[in-house]
Amino acid sequence: MMRCQFQVDYGSFQLALDLSLPNRGVTVLFGDSGSGKTSLLRCIAGLQTAQSAHLEINGKLWQDSDQGVFLPPHHRPLGYVFQQANLFPHLTVAENIQFGIKRLDKSTAKANLDELIALLGIKDLLNRLPDKLSGGEQQRVAIARALALNPEILLMDEPLAALDFKRKQEILPYLQNLQQRLEIPVLYVTHSLQEMLQLANHIVLMNQGKVEAFGSLAQVLSRIDLPLAKQREACSVWHTVLSAHDAEYQLSEVSFNGGHLHLPSLNAELGSAVRVQIYARDVSICLEKPQASSILNVLPAIIEQISDADGGQTVVQLRVGDQALLAHITSKSKQLLGLIEGMAVYVQIKGSSVLNG
Amino acid sequence: MLSASDLDTLLLTLKLASLATLIMLLIGTPLAWWLSRTQSAWKGVINAIVALPLVLPPTVLGFYLLLALGPHGAIGQLTRWLGIGGLPFTFAGLVLASVLYSLPFVVQPLQTAFAAIDQRWLDTAATLRASRLDSFFSVILPLAKHGFLSASVLGFAHTVGEFGVVLMVGGNIPDQTRVVSVQIYNHVEALEYGQAHGLAAVLLVFSFSVLLVLYSVNHKRWDGLR
Repeated sequence: MMRCQFQVDYGSFQLALDLSLPNRGVTVLFGDSGSGKTSLLRCIAGLQTAQSAHLEINGKLWQDSDQGVFLPPHHRPLGYVFQQANLFPHLTVAENIQFGIKRLDKSTAKANLDELIALLGIKDLLNRLPDKLSGGEQQRVAIARALALNPEILLMDEPLAALDFKRKQEILPYLQNLQQRLEIPVLYVTHSLQEMLQLANHIVLMNQGKVEAFGSLAQVLSRIDLPLAKQREACSVWHTVLSAHDAEYQLSEVSFNGGHLHLPSLNAELGSAVRVQIYARDVSICLEKPQASSILNVLPAIIEQISDADGGQTVVQLRVGDQALLAHITSKSKQLLGLIEGMAVYVQIKGSSVLNG
Repeated sequence: MLSASDLDTLLLTLKLASLATLIMLLIGTPLAWWLSRTQSAWKGVINAIVALPLVLPPTVLGFYLLLALGPHGAIGQLTRWLGIGGLPFTFAGLVLASVLYSLPFVVQPLQTAFAAIDQRWLDTAATLRASRLDSFFSVILPLAKHGFLSASVLGFAHTVGEFGVVLMVGGNIPDQTRVVSVQIYNHVEALEYGQAHGLAAVLLVFSFSVLLVLYSVNHKRWDGLR
């Protein structure tokens, strides 16, 4: 576990949080601009001072205002990827990557540089100067440069925000690959819902310098007390496993504890993990199992919570096997069907999309 | 075309300007860095003091320096106490005067170059395990190299071209304080126009080349700097 507690007061902006974060996986810090996501990363890196702080990572104390402990930024064993790649313009790609390596303590274990360079696809760029690279290439080098330090934690501050859509799509697969391979915790700042859905294991929702919610991706997404669940983009994410291919109809089947889903044919091996996104607006509720329907995915579910939203809408949180599911229906439908918490119903899933693979 | 004594003055000028430029870079670099980053209330005062030689007549600066360096001046008493002796009318005095007189030409380009360097480069270097001092040498200096070029060239050229301060503090002593600008004055006073022409042409060509180099290099700046 890593524990970070910070209190920062800039007059117009305050940051006050106390978080215990998991030691593995990607934790996405999600929120509007000005919610304190970047400030939190800068505090963790020691680039920004805090009035009160306690920061402990891997059982090592980095900062504690009461004990007067403050590890200077260059002594913190972390990797930092900024919004801009910030490759030093006077150094080649290889020299940029070596910059940090040359300054590492002798005791730090070496990262496998060749593997890293291959993983990020930058082998052919090594002898070039940064201004000869595209934005996406620069950012991949910046990620390699940070990971080459074999850090104990990786901090990423909107690494895709400065890139256009095409470059984003080009770099996301590399990030997803890293997400599955890295054995260190990653703190990833973004205000893009899509990036969060594709990369997060855990999420921290931030609002005006405070933590609004923290938990696993699926868990936080399905909480209907949060504003996120009432937005038009509200969705659930299911963690499933690819279980069958149906060549005849060009479909694939993914399974989870308690059921399975049919999806358009996936180009992946059986047994691989598939992250499925289901918009709340694509889910409808029936009291009985529809006998004749064009919708393939009909699943039994239990209603767990119901909450009214604005504009005649109602948000319903259901459980399907071990997965949580949000549905947006009209308040009138809720009334007509007499939906109440604890009721057994059927859900029809009109559409879903795959977030990886 | 140039006489032996003319060549001596050229060599002396070169020596003076090189030494003064080196000292100005050593003093000017930390000073310019501090000025480019500080929010101290002293910034304005220090800036004004450094820039003073830009507007002050050289004779005024020379006059005060002469007093300060003389037997009753603060610096003069210090140098005597240290056993160095008096500085007026010596090469060392001339170097000191040149440093003070040309310092703004070194500090200002450096300050501009440093101010253009975004904090993100320092943050990046810090997250790549570089201490502040290390970052200064490995990141700031290379990023500010055009500033250093401008500062060196301007500081050097301006020292070569000074006249008033030299006359006040250094006088006209052959092989010690007689620099090119003073020698040209001597030639003209003695109506040796031919010799004055030779030295003047050397300075003209030198100054033009320096400026040409400076402007061509600055034209080809990196985009990565900002």
